[in-house]
Amino acid sequence: MDDFLAGFAELFARFDVLGAFWVNIQLTFWAALLSLVLGTVLALMRISPIASLRWAGTAYVTIFRNTPLTIILTFTYLVLFSQLALSLSDTLDTTFFWFAVIGLAVYHAAFVCEAIRSGVNTVPVGQAEAARAIGLSFLPAAALVIFPQAFRGAVAPLGNTLIALLKNSTVAAAASVSTETSSLMRTMIEFRPDLMVAIFLTFALGYVILVIPIGLVTTSLSRRLAVKR
Amino acid sequence: MRKHTMGLLAMAAASALALSACSGAEVGEPTGEDTAAGGGETIRIGIKYDQPGLGLQEGDEFTGFDTDVARYVAEKLGYSEDQIEFVETISANRETALQNGDVDMIFATYSITDERKALIDFAGPYFVAGQDLLVAADNTDITGPEDLEGKNLCSVTGSTSAENIKNDYAEGVQLVERPGYADCATALASGAVDAVTTDDIILAGLAATEENAGKFKVVGAPFSEERYGVGLPDGSTDRCEEVNTAIAEMIEDGTWEELVASNTEGADYTPNADLNPPEQDACE
Amino acid sequence: MSASVLFDAQGPRGRALSVVGNIVATVAVLAGLVWLASVLYAKGQFSASLWQNAVSAEAWQSYYLPGLQNTLRSALFATVGSVLFGILFGIGRLSQIRPVRWVSGVVVEFFRAVPVLLMMIFFYMFFSAQAQWIADRPFAAVVVALVLYNGSVIAELVRSGVGNLPKGQGEAGLAVGLTPAQTLRSIQLPQALVAMLPAMVSQLVVVLKDSALGQFILYSELLRSAQILSSREQNPLQALVVVAIVFIIINWLLTVVAHRLARLLSSRTAGATVEGTGIGNPTAVAGGPVGGGPGPGAGGAVV
Repeated sequence: MDDFLAGFAELFARFDVLGAFWVNIQLTFWAALLSLVLGTVLALMRISPIASLRWAGTAYVTIFRNTPLTIILTFTYLVLFSQLALSLSDTLDTTFFWFAVIGLAVYHAAFVCEAIRSGVNTVPVGQAEAARAIGLSFLPAAALVIFPQAFRGAVAPLGNTLIALLKNSTVAAAASVSTETSSLMRTMIEFRPDLMVAIFLTFALGYVILVIPIGLVTTSLSRRLAVKR
Repeated sequence: MRKHTMGLLAMAAASALALSACSGAEVGEPTGEDTAAGGGETIRIGIKYDQPGLGLQEGDEFTGFDTDVARYVAEKLGYSEDQIEFVETISANRETALQNGDVDMIFATYSITDERKALIDFAGPYFVAGQDLLVAADNTDITGPEDLEGKNLCSVTGSTSAENIKNDYAEGVQLVERPGYADCATALASGAVDAVTTDDIILAGLAATEENAGKFKVVGAPFSEERYGVGLPDGSTDRCEEVNTAIAEMIEDGTWEELVASNTEGADYTPNADLNPPEQDACE
Repeated sequence: MSASVLFDAQGPRGRALSVVGNIVATVAVLAGLVWLASVLYAKGQFSASLWQNAVSAEAWQSYYLPGLQNTLRSALFATVGSVLFGILFGIGRLSQIRPVRWVSGVVVEFFRAVPVLLMMIFFYMFFSAQAQWIADRPFAAVVVALVLYNGSVIAELVRSGVGNLPKGQGEAGLAVGLTPAQTLRSIQLPQALVAMLPAMVSQLVVVLKDSALGQFILYSELLRSAQILSSREQNPLQALVVVAIVFIIINWLLTVVAHRLARLLSSRTAGATVEGTGIGNPTAVAGGPVGGGPGPGAGGAVV
């Protein structure tokens, strides 16, 4: 038992587990921000009066929701880096970090869009009719009447998307981000295969600790923010 | 909490295991387990599937220097071509594959090291490679690993040569790790990375593929010695002797030279003549 | 399509504006694509041989189709396994016995929180070290990881499916003298399962997409096969495009099936059919309120 603890302590001294989680949290934070913006725009497009925008929004969601995230993140390497040679920073590590953020955001924006649309579904027809009756055109009606209520109704599915995004940030390894948790877990297991179960449980519990509060907060928020009808 | 989860995990894993065990039996591996029982009917040889010029799966065919050497050795051991069954072994699982009996021999750019010798046996070496650099054909400013300061360098995940360069030659090199060499080669072709690193013969194979012909060159300043051995399960002294005899014969009768030439054709590559063809180590 | 309540039918000026807007947007998108194409062209990525080798009969025969077969095989086993796992633990969460309920809850919450990729890598390394009798360890690791995650999601679907049935269903069962367990088994569960069938089909999309994570442990599924193809032909970009299109088509078809199924089955259950996050009517507001639907856990096709 002492050997076990000593081995474990050594492992933690040698590998920066918290640092790896910090990378995943940062990936999640920026991708969440970006995908919220992109997803809101897409949701607006999908309910807009202009047919081509509706069509484009639908096409976007259909394509990106049905592509494995691994493939999207591999594309960020093969296209953005390898072919377009875009550089977002002086160091490659940082550049790959932002490519991964872009890939994650592009994928999850499709789900954010659907979450917001489900929120729009919770807004009674009468609200939209009232908005039109007082003379609001599409954009003001959406911005002042529909979306504020829709976001409140979309808190729960948005929370689910955020949880999925946090877990999916491990796939950033496909975009050459080598400092995140799945890569580190693999390295640690290769280094101390005898402790593999303990190593896995450490990482797993790390995610449980991160995910459960998000779930609790969004559930309580969705109750508190729900529009009483 | 912790203890409980572990128990639950074990429970879930056990039920899942039982499930996958059923599936394993039902689907069956085409690569069956009859080898051990069949008394040497076929021989299972571990190779790489994704290294042009060394071990490459081309539909049902397998090509490359490693596979050619494997065929030659297997023939000397009394196995005809259709008794050979090639299995994919990747760098990370080679020792395990031998220990588990998944394969009988491994020819997969497998460098002889003391660490590995503690776990398995090696016959050979049959080739001595060196870690080197691949650059664009018209590149003149990279002549060795020291020139990589501030440059972008691509290697495959788990390769030691990029680490070696960063630690010993150019601290400021920027590393890109990809799952396969093709990802590195396209980035090199477009100029997104300045060099690709791994063993020189692997680089030569990469440069010699149809699509890359004429685009790249191997720098030719190897900074390590990689002695490729034949991986054998621990305690295979007799088999090791047989394999060594076969390799010596292959070098003797000129086949070795032919195979090196045919598999690196079009890459402007000659193996380090001081070390090649190598003398085989004594079996332990 | 019925007119949306969000905006009036457009007049002549609105229509003219729309046309201009459409043209401007199309031109902008096309310009972006042309720029991308010109860069890729300059880098030689439109070389005929690269694309020919990515779509040749041999590429399909020797790489994509065997890879697709493995992808589908892992998805099939994972789906069957997750449904069994999900029903088992879903019932567990509804059990009258407190410890069973508690244990099922912990299992489900645990495996819903752990990233599938971590599980896949762990089980692959675990099987390689401890369970060498498994012949195809990458396959086993992919399936086990997918079963544990998706099974937990389905367990939540089962629970919310039963929870969403009208109260009268359970009360009626008890009133005719069935025990709570019998009521669950013969009245609530069958209806809940029908209600969640479309969501399960949506979940299949998740399983298929996640099976592509198998490339990290070198399971020779579609993506990994494309990698091997591209190490021979040196065309990773082109091969990846082909694989992406295959995935999109299969998953899109599954989404359509889920959508149809939801409509078809809505008469077969007292609960509301859930179809995960399906593709709905573009003018969603016209559908009116759908409040009080399934719990947050039912959001199928995320991940």
